[in-house]
Formats: sequence, C-alpha cells, structure tokens
Amino acid sequence: MNLMPEKLLHEMSSPGRIGVSLPECDVPATPVPAGLARDSLKLPEVDELSVVRHFTRLSQKNYSIDTQFYPLGSCTMKYNPKVNEQAANLHGWRDTHPLVGDEFSQGALELIWKLQESLREIGGFAAASLQPAAGAHGELSGVFIIRAYHVSRGDTKRRKMLIPDSAHGTNPATCTMAGMSTVPLPSNSEGGVDLDALKAALSGDAGAEIAGIMITNPNTLGLFDRNIEEIARLVHAAGGLVYGDGANLNAVTGVFKPGNSGIDVMHFNLHKTFSTPHGGGGPGAGFIGAGKDLVEFLPGPIAAKRGEKYALVMPAKSIGRMKSFYGNFGVLVRAYTYIRMLGATGLRRLAENAVLNANYLKVKVEKHFKVKYPRRCMHEFVAMGDIAEGIHTLDIAKRLIDYGFHPPTIYFPLIVPEAIMIEPTETEDKESLDAFAEVLEKIAQEALSNPSLLHDAPTTTPVGRLDEVAAARNPVLCYKG
Amino acid sequence: MPFIANSDADRMAMLEAVGVKSIEELFADIPQAKRFPKLELPEGLSELDVMREIESMAAKNVTASTCAWFLGAGAYNHFIPAAVGAIVSRGEFLTAYTPYQPEVSQGTLQAIFEYQSMAAELFGMEVVNASHYDGATALAEAVLMAWNHGGERRKIALPAALHPEYKGVIKTYFAAFDVEFAEYVGGPANASVDATTACVVAAYPDFEGEIQDIKAGAEKAHAAGALYVVHADPIMCALLKSPGELGADIVTAEGQALGNAMNYGGPWLGMMGATAKLMRKMPGRIVGQAQDAKGRRGFVLTLTAREQHIRREKAVSNICSNQGLVMLQTCVYMALMGRNGMRKVAELCWNKAHYAASKIAGTKGFKVSTRSFFKEFVVKTPVPAADIVERLSRRCIVPGLAMSKYDAKRPDELLVCVTEMCTKAQIDLLVTSLSEAAGEKTNSRFGGEAVK
Amino acid sequence: MKLDSAARYRSSHEFVRKEGDLYVVGLSDHAQAALGDIVYVEMPELGKTFALGDSFGVVESVKAASDLYMPIGGKVVAVNDALGGDPALVNRDCYGSGWLVKIEASNAAEFGTLMDAATYEKEAGKE
Repeated sequence: MNLMPEKLLHEMSSPGRIGVSLPECDVPATPVPAGLARDSLKLPEVDELSVVRHFTRLSQKNYSIDTQFYPLGSCTMKYNPKVNEQAANLHGWRDTHPLVGDEFSQGALELIWKLQESLREIGGFAAASLQPAAGAHGELSGVFIIRAYHVSRGDTKRRKMLIPDSAHGTNPATCTMAGMSTVPLPSNSEGGVDLDALKAALSGDAGAEIAGIMITNPNTLGLFDRNIEEIARLVHAAGGLVYGDGANLNAVTGVFKPGNSGIDVMHFNLHKTFSTPHGGGGPGAGFIGAGKDLVEFLPGPIAAKRGEKYALVMPAKSIGRMKSFYGNFGVLVRAYTYIRMLGATGLRRLAENAVLNANYLKVKVEKHFKVKYPRRCMHEFVAMGDIAEGIHTLDIAKRLIDYGFHPPTIYFPLIVPEAIMIEPTETEDKESLDAFAEVLEKIAQEALSNPSLLHDAPTTTPVGRLDEVAAARNPVLCYKG
Repeated sequence: MPFIANSDADRMAMLEAVGVKSIEELFADIPQAKRFPKLELPEGLSELDVMREIESMAAKNVTASTCAWFLGAGAYNHFIPAAVGAIVSRGEFLTAYTPYQPEVSQGTLQAIFEYQSMAAELFGMEVVNASHYDGATALAEAVLMAWNHGGERRKIALPAALHPEYKGVIKTYFAAFDVEFAEYVGGPANASVDATTACVVAAYPDFEGEIQDIKAGAEKAHAAGALYVVHADPIMCALLKSPGELGADIVTAEGQALGNAMNYGGPWLGMMGATAKLMRKMPGRIVGQAQDAKGRRGFVLTLTAREQHIRREKAVSNICSNQGLVMLQTCVYMALMGRNGMRKVAELCWNKAHYAASKIAGTKGFKVSTRSFFKEFVVKTPVPAADIVERLSRRCIVPGLAMSKYDAKRPDELLVCVTEMCTKAQIDLLVTSLSEAAGEKTNSRFGGEAVK
Repeated sequence: MKLDSAARYRSSHEFVRKEGDLYVVGLSDHAQAALGDIVYVEMPELGKTFALGDSFGVVESVKAASDLYMPIGGKVVAVNDALGGDPALVNRDCYGSGWLVKIEASNAAEFGTLMDAATYEKEAGKE
C-alpha cells in the first residue's frame, strides 16, 4: 500500500501546463459575444505524466477485490472477471449512440433482449426491464409499479408498505420517494418475518391500506425465510403485492426462483450477483422482473424481439422512464458476458459454492465470535463484535485492516447490536477463508491481551482513523486555493 | 467452473467441517417443491467462444468510430484521451467498493474530492456531490430537492424545450406527488412564476440548442421566492458564463461528454452542484476533508446523516450507489484537459458548429432556426428530416436527430451537433450531402464516401 | 443521566422549562449521549408557530439524525445561534448554553401534561 501523502491536483498545478494534445482549429473562428463569455476558469494545469503518476499512486492507497479478500456482507464482492472488461470495451458498444435508430443498433438491442430473457429465467418472471441504473433505482421502479397497479384498479387507499425491521435503508427511503409511508414488521426469534405481526398488520381496515410488502430473501441476516410462500399468500389475500429485494440473490441462483414463490416484482443488482465491477461506488445496474399481472407497468423502453429483428418498445401501462435511454448498457454487457461464461450449471454452482463458503467460514468464526443466529446460513452470516470489555465492532474492523483484509460490513442490519456481516462469495478459495478465520482468532486474543492494538488500529495505512465529527461540523467539500 | 477456485476435494473437506454430507443439505430451508428448478438457459461457453459471440453482436451497430458523426441530442461524441481508460482500468480503482472504510479507500476518496472541486469551479457552485445515475435523474432529484424545500409550494416551471427524455423522467419521479407542472416557451424569463412556485428549471442550452437568458430566469425565480435549477452542458461551461454566476441555486449536468463513451445510453454521469445554503439538503454521497490523530490530511464520506442508511424513510433520496468509475473517468479527463484543454475543446466545438451552421444556412432549401448556440442547432429541412437521416446514415454520415423522433408535428427539422471530433472535411461533406439529399446537385469534389 | 429538576420531558426526549414569560426547549442529556457527537442542528424560522408534537428541527450526529418535536405548542421567538458554530454545546451543556429554541406558549396548560424529571428518568432508563 502507498503510505505517502499525495498532493491534490490543484496543489500540483503550474500555469501553462496541459495533459492532452488537441488539434488546431481547421475552420475560421467565430467570436464569442462578450456578454456570454466566461472570464476565468480556475482548473488545475497539469502535464500528462504527472496526472498518470498522481492517479496511479492514488490507486495504490485502495484496498480492492483484485488485491485482497473483501468479505463485505450484502455487497457480494466476488471476482470481477477481466473478460467482462474486454467485452464491454469493444468499439461496437462504446461508440454506439442511443438515438441512432433501432435499425442501426441491432447488436445492442439483441444483447439487451438476451440479457432480459436470461435474468427473467433465473428469477422466474414473466417480463423484465434493464433500465434501472442500480439496485435502489430498481427498488424505486418496483414500488412505483405496485403503486401504479393499485391506482389502475381504482384502489387509491393503498399507500402503506410493510417493511421488516431488518431491511436495508434504501427500502423505506424508496417508499417515501413513491409517496408511501412504511409500517415496520418485527423479526421473529429465527430472524424471519414474524407471521403473527404480519397477520395483524394485514387485518381489518389497516389491511385495506397496505399496498404490499418489501421483502429481502435471503434476508439481511443471511437467512432464508422458510415462510416466504405463506408470507406471499397472506399479503395477496389482503390485496397487496410482494416486492422482492434481490440484493442477496447470490445465495439462490439455479437453486430457487423467487418469481415462482409469490414474488410479484423484484430487482437484481447486476453489480452484486452478476460480477460487474463496483468501481469505487458504481456504476451498478438494476434488473427488474415482473410477474404476469405487472408486466405492462415495467419502466421502459425495453427490448423486444419481432421475428429476427429487435426493437425498443414501451410497455402498455409503463410507469415511464426511470432514466434517460435504456439503462447502463456498458454494465449490461458485462453481466451478459458473465452469464454466458457460467451457463445454467455454472449459475447453480455459483450459489452452491457461495453458501458452502459462508457456512464453512461461519463454523470457524463461531469459535471466537458469537453469531447472532446460529442456524445454517445462506451466503452470509452476522457475527457480533463486542467480544471483550471496551471492545466494539469498529475496533475489530479497523484491526482487520492491519492484517491486510478489508473489513466486513459493520453495524448492519440495525436489529443486531455490534453487527459484523460476513459474505465470502464463491470465488474465494479455502486458504483465503482459513487465513481470515485465523486472523479473527488472533484479534479475539488481542482484544483480551492487548486491546490498544485494536483501539489504535489501523496503523499500517496512509491515514489512521479520521475525525469524522470535525469533518461534519465544518465541512470542507472543495479545494479552496 | 469458471471463476470458482475450490476443487471437489476442497469442497469435501469443507462439507465435513460444516457437518453435512452434501451441498444440497445446505438448502434445506427452501421449500422442497421449489428447490433446484431447471434453468432454461444454455450451458456455459469458454472465454473465446463468449468473446466471439459478443464481438459479432457488437459489429452489427453503426458507430461514431466508423462514420462522420453529427448526432447529439443528449449523447455526445467527444474526444477521450488514452490515459483515461488506462487509469480507470487499474484493479484498485475498478474493483474497490464504496469508500465506507476511509483508511483503505483514500485513492477513491481523494479522487472524488478532486472531482467535486473541479466540477464546482466549472459550474460556479459551492458544493458538488459525488454523482447521480445520469443527467436526467440528477435533474429529477434536483427538482425533488426544490420541491421538498418549498414547503406548501406545488408549482414547477419547466422549459418546453427540455430534452423529452428528461421531461419523462421528471414526470415519473413526481407520479406520487400533488404537483403542477407548467411549461414555458423560450427563455426562463417567460415562465409563469408566483408565490406557489417551488422551482423554475432552465436548460442551458435547451433542446433546440438555444442559449437562453439564464440570468433573467434567476431574477424571476428569486423574486417569487422559488429555487432556480439550471441544467447545463458541462463542456460549454468551460467557455461561457457558469450557471452559478448566472444565479442558479442548483446545477445539474450530464457528464457523459467529459471523458465517457456514449455506450448506447449508459453508464453515464449525473452531476449536481448547489449553493452552500442547500448543502445539507443535497442527495447523494459527498466527500469532505478530514484529519487523523496525527494531523495527517485525509478524505472521508461526510454529511452522511442525510443518506438512506441513516435517515431511512426520512432520507432526502433513496440513492445508494453513485457512478463511481464514471465519475473517476470524468475526474481524470478534467485533470488531463485542465484549464487550457477544457477551454480549447469548447472553442473547437463553438467554432466548428458555427462554421457548419453558416454553411448549411447558405445551402438552398435549408435554414438554421437556432439563434444563439454552442455545439447544437436546429436546421429546417426542405424534405422530411427522417428521410435525410436514413439516407445519409447508410452512407456513413449520421447528420443529426430528426425532431420527429419526439414530436410528429415537426417532420422538417433536424438537430445537428458538431464537436471537436468533426473535421472541416467532414463538415463540408455533410453540407454537400444535405444538399444532395434535398435533391439539389452541387459541385462536390468529395463524392459520397465518409472522410475520416 | 443528568436531569433538570425544573424541566418537564416528552417521551421523544425533548425538555421544556419555564423562564419568565417564555419557555426554553432543548434536548435531554440521555438523548445527546445516545446521539453521540452532534455535528449540526437544523433550526426553525423565527416567528413560526408549532403545535405540540410538531417536528420543528433536526439534530444530526455522524451516525444518526433525529427529528425534534415540540414538547408544548408555541411560537418560536429565539433560536440558539451559538449552535451554528459550536453544535457540541448540546453535548456539553444541554440544559444550559446548549438550549435549542425559546417559545411563547400557545397553551401553558400543556406543560403540566408532560413527564417530570423523575418519571422521565425511569422511562428513559428502560430503553
């Protein structure tokens, strides 16, 4: 890791420098009216070599999947295959304009259509859209679809969404954006949805206001809710719809099709299950699948096949456009490439290995850390980090950094205090899991014998723990020369 | 199995450690009737077979790399320096996650801070966030921001000449709210604004390519206590007055033009900036400067209390990811271009577009209707624009967007875009080709082939 | 937890105390400790009137953001400007210099309906 401080571009700037070579203007110049022209532009002036060195050195300050084990629960940090990059960087994709016309973009439309078909088959859905730009964007589409469905039937009172208390923060935030309020559902002692609470929420007048339920299965505790079909039955009986949050699909590809068990509309995160790179925070891409009653409401345009040709079409009662054009196409190419590499059997092996890796790691970690729900997990599990007096999950996480591991997800889900959510994924080898478990054991011992090693961690990084309070009190969000 | 490291022997050992006889046992929680369904998908291919299939699909598209290109309308063919791709393909950038653990993400975090700083200068705003999905969703979220800020105010003024796709997205985002959209024709000073207006939106330039009087719009909006949201061309901002200077409270832009391929519509870059007063109402991630106990400077995600993982149903937005790598491409692009390069690219676009417009205006049967423009302008054609587009596209000259694509009532209008990628020879060829397509013979020396 | 024996408390952890003709509203010590280091307080506009239970602002720490609810209804006649530069005042001295707003009560009788310090201590202690 690069431990040296790195200047800001603005601090490397020197007047007159430039990092590109541009052609001279080959047409007569037209003057810019003085009233329109800008006076000054205070951007950095840096030569190309300095820019390349700057960003190369910056990259060396990052942990990444390409450099180490990255067991972030709920994020599915699997290997991002390089073949995806080669496929996505073809000029035939990069230089295609979205408005060039269906006739001149048949290759792009073919890929979108094939990916729609593959993903809806994996999920068990009747139709699909690949327009959402991310998981949360897919969620928003899904809740808009549920809303539109009820409105189309004159059922305008249904403006409440049931959400388990283990849910990711995007779920309730999405509801607010769709003009809905949320009704939290407690989890039972096994970590699943409390059926009695669900029945109560759906009964009587209250039930007539319920638009549906947003459910993540496997849930954010890494557990498969055995009651999923009963939950769906109950919600449908009360007139509501079931939204599936597919963040944890990595546990069930080729093993379980959510669309066949009562899920009416669901999103997948292509940047999780389908190996597209996380890029330091994006871009992602969201697939949204719909059961037959909701097919007409999908966001669009989507790709359709007519004979041997492909075309863009808008679903009959579409909720509309969720973004400009057709989706994060460059990300779709990567996901499609991956699915073609794996094929049907490979997709099933994906889930099998993800779940085996997680259970194997859990058995080892359980020896030193309490795991909140000791029953068999799916692709991830939640441990608790308060293993000694004065030690918190944050300290465990920071100490893992000193051992060269990216920490797991911490303090999520909210219903588990001092949560550490660990998801190894299927692309990790056994040695990697053994090494991680050994380090956790060592840290557990350090917590008792020499806790300052945890409290002072990390000490092997370019900066130590940063004062986030001061940063939030007096925000400095831009370079101020 | 591709990408799975463990062998059967590894798996046997692991199954034993877990205490089960087979992997199938691990899925006992799944309803038995629904377990292990058949996937009606082909089996996996080898890497070389997959690439063969994908390459053959990619070859079916008509692309800007093989044709003379004058089509814009929201996606732009601009120059991308080689160093951009080389830098962002580094695994440490490509395969890193959201920088929630700042000590091991200083590369990503510092890059975001630099991006925020450069974008703030470009737009003339005090705060810029780490990006939205694209320009259209950034604008929709900016309007939502103004809506939430406006208390009881229900009206939103939109330009009639806003990109139709953008209008669509705004309408989708507001479907659940009791809002009143009012469109104005021409510049934002024509907007009907009163004490019930939450927000006036202006496009700079608009979908006709017209540069409207943005400052007059600011005055009108502020006099009524409404917020002013300006959606701008980011390349143009290097040459003309920034939206901030002209009075914008919130600025949005499509960052695809800044170092990102057109990619058939995505992934792109939604840029958003705001005044310091609105800082805590902004959606999306923001990076701030911080210090550690040893006084070392570092960067960290900040103002996180606004975001979905903390505020949940009270969050300003549900947005979780940003456009990470795309934002990095734009950051590297702006770093390489810098003050001098950004200006030069904008000047090239300006000069070439004005040259093209003057030649087209001088061609019999054609008129340029946009009066004040940057790189795009509307041309009135003597025959249906869609026919011209189809005919010329077959000859590898893509002349622009037929406006009838979005408005059937405008069959004789063509939106032409000229960037630094267009050579004089290509522009001259476009002009003669337009003339030929309209049925006029000219003394062209170049014949019908596209010149690269 | 620290308490102000002259104040009355709402279940959402705001306190209110009479001072002359006005009432001072703030956040309890129990709440500020749970929030952690406070980074920002969003204040209402001067002159705005709220009912009992209305949300009048937000208090933010790095890890949480909580709405502030009026313990009794009234018109805001003063906001604590010092919190803009030093939000930590709420952490250090929530009952004194870390006050949030001062109000003219719409209905003084509402004060009596709130929990006294001892009752609040018991209720909050259960959390």
